Amino acid sequence: MAIVERDIRTSEDAPRVNYLNNGYGLKSWLLTKDHKRIAVLYIISISIFFALGGLFASLVRFELMTPEGDLMSSDTYNKVFSMHGIIMVFFFLVPSIPATIGNFLVPIMVGAKDLAFPRVNLLSWYVYVVAGILGTIAVVGGGVDTGWTFYTPYSSTYSNSNVILTAMAAFLAGFSSILTGLNFVVTIHTMRAPGMTWFRLPLFVWSHYATSLIMLLGTPVIAITLVLLMLERGFGFGFFDPNLGGDPVLFQHLFWFYSHPAVYIMILPSMGVMSEMVACVARKRVFGYEFVAFSSVAIAILGFLVWGHHMFVSSQSTYAGMVFSVITFLVAVPSAIKTFNWTATLYKGSIVFDTPMFYVYGYLGLFLVGGLTGLFLSSMGLDIHLHDTYFVVAHFHYIMVGGQVMGYLGGMHFWWPKITGKMYPDIWGRVSALLVFLGFNLTFFPQFILGYMGMPRRYHVYPDEFQVLNVASSLGASILALGYLIPGAYLTWSIFKGPKAPDNPWGAKGLEWETTSPPPTFNFDETPLVTEEAYQYGPIEEH
Amino acid sequence: MQTDFPLFPDSASSFAFHVDALYFGILALCVFFALLVVILVVVFAIKYQRKSDDEVPRQIAGHLGLEIFWTAIPLVLALGVFVWATVVYFHLITPPANAMEMYVVGKQWMWKLQHPEGKKEINELHVPLGEAVRLTMTSEDVLHSFYIPAFRVKKDVVPGRYTNLWFKATQVGSYHLFCAEFCGTEHSRMIGTVHVLEPQDYEAWLTGGTANEPMEVAGERLFEQYACHTCHKMDGSGRGPSLAGLFGKTVALEGGGTALINEAYIRESILNPAAKVMAGYKPIMPTFKGQISEEGIIQLIAYIKSLKAPELTNLE
Repeated sequence: MAIVERDIRTSEDAPRVNYLNNGYGLKSWLLTKDHKRIAVLYIISISIFFALGGLFASLVRFELMTPEGDLMSSDTYNKVFSMHGIIMVFFFLVPSIPATIGNFLVPIMVGAKDLAFPRVNLLSWYVYVVAGILGTIAVVGGGVDTGWTFYTPYSSTYSNSNVILTAMAAFLAGFSSILTGLNFVVTIHTMRAPGMTWFRLPLFVWSHYATSLIMLLGTPVIAITLVLLMLERGFGFGFFDPNLGGDPVLFQHLFWFYSHPAVYIMILPSMGVMSEMVACVARKRVFGYEFVAFSSVAIAILGFLVWGHHMFVSSQSTYAGMVFSVITFLVAVPSAIKTFNWTATLYKGSIVFDTPMFYVYGYLGLFLVGGLTGLFLSSMGLDIHLHDTYFVVAHFHYIMVGGQVMGYLGGMHFWWPKITGKMYPDIWGRVSALLVFLGFNLTFFPQFILGYMGMPRRYHVYPDEFQVLNVASSLGASILALGYLIPGAYLTWSIFKGPKAPDNPWGAKGLEWETTSPPPTFNFDETPLVTEEAYQYGPIEEH
Repeated sequence: MQTDFPLFPDSASSFAFHVDALYFGILALCVFFALLVVILVVVFAIKYQRKSDDEVPRQIAGHLGLEIFWTAIPLVLALGVFVWATVVYFHLITPPANAMEMYVVGKQWMWKLQHPEGKKEINELHVPLGEAVRLTMTSEDVLHSFYIPAFRVKKDVVPGRYTNLWFKATQVGSYHLFCAEFCGTEHSRMIGTVHVLEPQDYEAWLTGGTANEPMEVAGERLFEQYACHTCHKMDGSGRGPSLAGLFGKTVALEGGGTALINEAYIRESILNPAAKVMAGYKPIMPTFKGQISEEGIIQLIAYIKSLKAPELTNLE
């Protein structure tokens, strides 16, 4: 794919300088401008928040094993599910793939030495850390009980919890993602290596480009909304509380104007990961490359026009609701295009049963269910019944956890040899993918049934007839937790004891596989010259 | 734990069949596409399993015809589902003209309901079988959402606004009433029961128990208590417009424009009288914000609705 001058070693004994062994002190990490080191910093930080959010999820599932509220008080339960949502959305899912795998790979995939603004990249991590500390203080100092949606006037006037501090933390976390998005857009536009045309970019880069557009255009709106919320709560400005002359439904419009596109921040990057992995697993060019690339952009654009589908029962205008509904159905189309093209990529491929393959198949299964159940909720006549029930909870977990977390874990397994220079035991990778897939379905599939039966979300106590399915869900969650814990163990083990990874362990195509594992500080010893399309595993036939 | 547990909700309203049909229709579509993809990828994995490490399959770039095919089919199906779902939705939000009126006020953490005949209930709602019932709802504090799963109906209850919901119960029985919008500490205990009674049982229930003041009578009392009648004289000679026969009319406003006199207009005119003043009158009415409860406002509305236009012979 490219010409990379590789061997600058003077002696076989001297270890090659790479980004990991190029300086060991704390300062060399905390003041680094290397996108790969910043990616590692992000991986560590978001893992901490994933563990914290997961702990809150376990408490929720533990409490819901019985219909009565016997483990904690209602106030505590409300705080636990709120903090689960806030931590997972703002501190794990939004940065999950872009700030870690994306940060590591986007410059390498376009053939650049680093991102366009390395200092801004480091700044984004510091902003994230400050936001994380504020969020942690809010949790430790009593927590917040508004749900991650902060609906007014409950959040602005009635709640007795740390709303302002938490909103401030989410506000700051937003700026960290704006900075990441900005860096990606500029890098992809201006820093592509010679010969790296737009249609030679890996689809991972396309999906990150689309994600970055949403981060840049959408996140400022949630920032403004949270400022208005803080002003109303802190100083009694009347924006949303009708007693102060405000409009509570206005908050929902502003909130979802960001938060629906944000759902695509939480799925598009994983679609990029899947495109890379499908090609490698089948050793075949991604079928219909241009259609997969443009479907990412289509999702980003349409994603800005569907926020009102969260508000079909909110008293929003009926005709506005119809427009939001029909555009929501249109978003189904680019998602279907991606799925069919991935399927067609596997056709007549050379499919290998390794860890990446297990994650690809797991992702496909979960994303299918998540995407298709969106059709139920975009149907106005059906959403009236399903809105704010466990059906919605199940649907968005299939997308955010079945999609994005599966994509994140799959991507981590796929690029782990590149990031760390070490291999993990493949058998354990396959076991974890299987456990996550089974545990996930056992946790969340029963919630679809609970939702259609009418169990509302955010219920601390519930009528007896919902218990059996809730117990099933909680049992599934314990399998899911195991599926998440074991990669933590064997991946950590591999850093210290794992065998050295070759430069291209999967036989994959792409600039990142042409440089060493781990890559040198400036990624390539010489600027690569790109002469081929992405995924050129052999001569390409047009049909 | 129950050993016998249901997997499907009761179906007790005229909507339930339509909503369930839509649900199973979309479900069939989803199962078809999910199975299609799952079977294909599993078959491919088995059939095209890698034989040797240096195997390189044929590289197929794409196929325009296929792309158009699998763009067009989902597009047409999605738009078809949209039309179906929207037809069901319009049925769900359009009450018949003769629907019985009932009133709901949500507050942290209870439902207060009132029948026009004056009967008040907390966290319970009795309705007659086979009669269309239209609810007018508001909240005293935060957002709530009125949800009866067995009827497949739900609507947010919003402070500062009236929202409406209607249903026609088709099965005698008792069904869950849930608050579906998170509203604070006791959100999950803001639940109640809807009792569907045979019409004669409903009549008996309505007249039984303690005597209740009909809502319009209570409203009339408030109308005098707050001295509304000193300006809003029935013969139109007062400083404010006569309210007789006004409900449901569209009137011209001072400063241009028109307004429909409905529940929301009356509520706004009591709490913020200067917002929409009828043409020909001065904005001299004081606000009653903070002096009158949401239930009081609803009783006043019931009274104003009951005022019929005066007979022509009574006019000069």
